[in-house]
Amino acid sequence: MHEGRIQVLRRSRWTTAVAVGVALSLAVAGCGNTVGSSSGSSGGGASKATGGGKASSGNVQAATSLSGAGSTFVGPYYSKAFKQLAQDKGIQVNYQLVGSGAGIQDFINKTVDFADSDAPMTAQQMKQAGGNPQHIAVVGGGVTLAYNVKGVKGGLKLDGPTIANIFLGKIKKWNDPAIKKLNPGVNLPNENIVVVHRSDSSGTSAIFTTYLSSVSPEWKSKVGASTTPNWPTGVGAKGNDGVAGQITRTQGAIGYVELAYALTNKITYASVKNASGNFVKPSLDSAKAAIAGAKIPSDLRVIISGTNPQGKNAYPIVGLTWMLVRQQEQNLAKCKAIAETAWYVTHQGQKLAPSLQYVQIPPKVQKIDEQKIKSMEAGGKKCYTG
Amino acid sequence: MMGYMGKRFKRENAGDLLFRVLALLFGLSILAITFGIIFELWINTSLSREKFGLGFLWSTDFNINKGEIGALTVIYGTVVTAVIAIILSGLVGIGIAAFLVEIAPRRVNRVVGFLVELLAAIPSIVYGFWGIFALAPWLGEHVVPAIKSALGWLPIFAGPYVNASVFTASIVLAIMILPTVAAISRDVIEAVPDSQREGMLALGATRWEMFSRAVLPYAKNGVLGALILGMGRAAGETMAVTLIIGNNTQLFTSLFQQGATMASVIANDFGEAHGLFLSALLEIGLILFAITFLINVGARLLVWVFFRDPRGGVRV
Repeated sequence: MHEGRIQVLRRSRWTTAVAVGVALSLAVAGCGNTVGSSSGSSGGGASKATGGGKASSGNVQAATSLSGAGSTFVGPYYSKAFKQLAQDKGIQVNYQLVGSGAGIQDFINKTVDFADSDAPMTAQQMKQAGGNPQHIAVVGGGVTLAYNVKGVKGGLKLDGPTIANIFLGKIKKWNDPAIKKLNPGVNLPNENIVVVHRSDSSGTSAIFTTYLSSVSPEWKSKVGASTTPNWPTGVGAKGNDGVAGQITRTQGAIGYVELAYALTNKITYASVKNASGNFVKPSLDSAKAAIAGAKIPSDLRVIISGTNPQGKNAYPIVGLTWMLVRQQEQNLAKCKAIAETAWYVTHQGQKLAPSLQYVQIPPKVQKIDEQKIKSMEAGGKKCYTG
Repeated sequence: MMGYMGKRFKRENAGDLLFRVLALLFGLSILAITFGIIFELWINTSLSREKFGLGFLWSTDFNINKGEIGALTVIYGTVVTAVIAIILSGLVGIGIAAFLVEIAPRRVNRVVGFLVELLAAIPSIVYGFWGIFALAPWLGEHVVPAIKSALGWLPIFAGPYVNASVFTASIVLAIMILPTVAAISRDVIEAVPDSQREGMLALGATRWEMFSRAVLPYAKNGVLGALILGMGRAAGETMAVTLIIGNNTQLFTSLFQQGATMASVIANDFGEAHGLFLSALLEIGLILFAITFLINVGARLLVWVFFRDPRGGVRV
C-alpha cells in the first residue's frame, strides 16, 4: 500500500518536471519570435523584414516596406526623411546603420533593397552586385579642419600643401614658417602639433584623403586616398565624436571632423584656400557652392574634394553620400517603392537637410538623379511613375 | 518493511543520479563552448591563414589597403600594456591585501574589504572613462613633468606626451584591474591559517619576514591566480583602451608614443571589415585567446616547477 502511494508521488513529480520544461521551452521560443521581428531600425515606423508588395488585379502597387543599410553619416537625415515618407507615401523603410562598407556588401548580397555609402562603389563591386547599380546623390557634407591651440581663435588660414605636410608629419610645430606665412597677424605658439585622425574605417577619411591626394603628390604616392589610410603620424580616435573629443582634450591638436559635428559642438576650425585662391570658412553655403562648382561625371561617382571645385566661395573639402539602387530590378512592386523613396529623399526630403547640417544637392545634380530614377525598370516596366 | 526501505533508497538514488547527470552536462557545456569558439575562429580565419601563414605572427605590416597585415605590432602592444598594468596593480593590490589582513584592525578590514569588492564589481568601462577624463589630464600636468625631468633620458620616456598614449593606457588598465587583484588577494591571504603566522613569529621573525616567508608562500597559488585573472582582464580590455591608447599600429619604443592592442584594433575595424581583413582580425582574436591561455598555463607551470614546496612550506 505504501509502495503504491510512493509510485503515484514519483510519477506526479516527474509529470510536473516535464510540464515545466515544456512550458519553459515554449516561452523561450515565443520570446525568440518577438525579438526576431523587432530588429533594429533607424528609419521611422514599424520594422518588417523585406516585406512583400500587394498586387491588385490590374496595376501593381508599390511595396509598403523596404530595407536599407549603410553609411552612418547620413543616418540622422534618413531617420527624419523616412519618417516623413511613411506619413506621406505609406512606405515604411528600415535603415540599418552598419557603415558604408558593410552596406555595400549587403547590397551586393541582396540582403537589403538599397544601400547608402559615402564612398562610391568600385567597378568590381558594381559588377558583383549586378543589375547595373546607380549612385543617387542624396546630400553632401563638408569636412572641417578643427584645432585646439591656446590663443588662436577660429579661422586660421591653411592651404592644401600645408595641411598635407602637417598630416605627413613634416610640419611639427605650430609656429612653423609655412603656417606663419599664411597667418601673418596671428601669434602662433612654439607648441608641438598633435595630429588626430580616425582609427576606424570612415567615409570622412575618404573625403579628406582624396583632398590631400589632389593637393599633394607626396601624399598621393605615400598614403593615397581610402577609408582606411595608413596614417604616417598622429593619434587615432574612433568616430567623428572621438576625434572631436580628442582635439578638445589635447593642447596643440589638429584633426578633421564632419561639418555637422563642428557646427553643433562649436569647435574652432580653419579656413581653407580654394581653387580661386580665397580662404573660405566651411559652412552649408560654401559646401553647396563647391558641389555646384565641381566637375561631376554623369554617373555621379566622384568624391568632390578631389575635383578641385571652382567658385570663389567654394569650400574645397566636401563630399557626397549616395543611395545605391539597381537600375534593373526584378520585383516591380519593390522597384516602385525604391524609386519612390529615392525620389522622396532627393526632392521632398531635401528641405529637412539644412536644419540637420547637411548640404542640399544642387539642381544640376538633382537633374541627373531624376534621370537615373526614371530609368529604373523591372521586367520592362518603368518603376517611377509619379 | 524491508521492501519499503528498498523503495526509499531507490528514490534517493534517482535524485542523486539526476544531480550527477545535470552537473556533468553543465561541466561539459563549458568545454563545449570553449571548443566551439576555437573551432569557429579556426574555420573563419582560413582566408588569412592561407595567405599569410605563420609569418602573420611576426610581421609588422598593417596596411589594410595593400592587403598586408601582420599581428606583431598589436601582440607587442597588448603584452606591454598588460605587463605594466599587472606589475603596478599587483604590487599595490597585494599591498592593500597585506595591509587589510595583517595590519589593519578587524573592523577596518571588514569595511574596507567590502568596499574593495564593491569596486571590483564596477564595470571597467567606468574606470576607463574616469581614466580618460580625470586621470589623464592630471597625469599630464603633475606626473609626466616629474618623470621627464628625472628619467627623461631613458628611451622609454622619450618624446612629447599626449594624453592618448601607451603610458596613460597602461595606468588606466592598472587601475581597472586593481580592485579585482586586491579583492582576490585579500581573500586568499585571509585564508592562510593563523598557525602559520604564529609559528613564524614564535621563531622570532619580524612582521615582514612573517608575511613574506610564511603567508605569501602559503598563498602563492591564490595570489598567482589573482594576478593571472587581472592580466587576462587587462589583455582583453577593449573600449577603454581604444579610447586612450592612440591607435597607431607601430612597435613603439617610448611609453609616451601611441600604440595599439589586439582588442583595440578589433574594436576599431571589425564593423566595416570584410573578406581578407575580417579574416585577419578574427585571426588576431584567436591569437589573443591563445596568448591568454599560454600565460595562464605558463605561470602555473612556473610555480609548479620552481616553487613546488609542500603547501605551507617555507622557502629558505
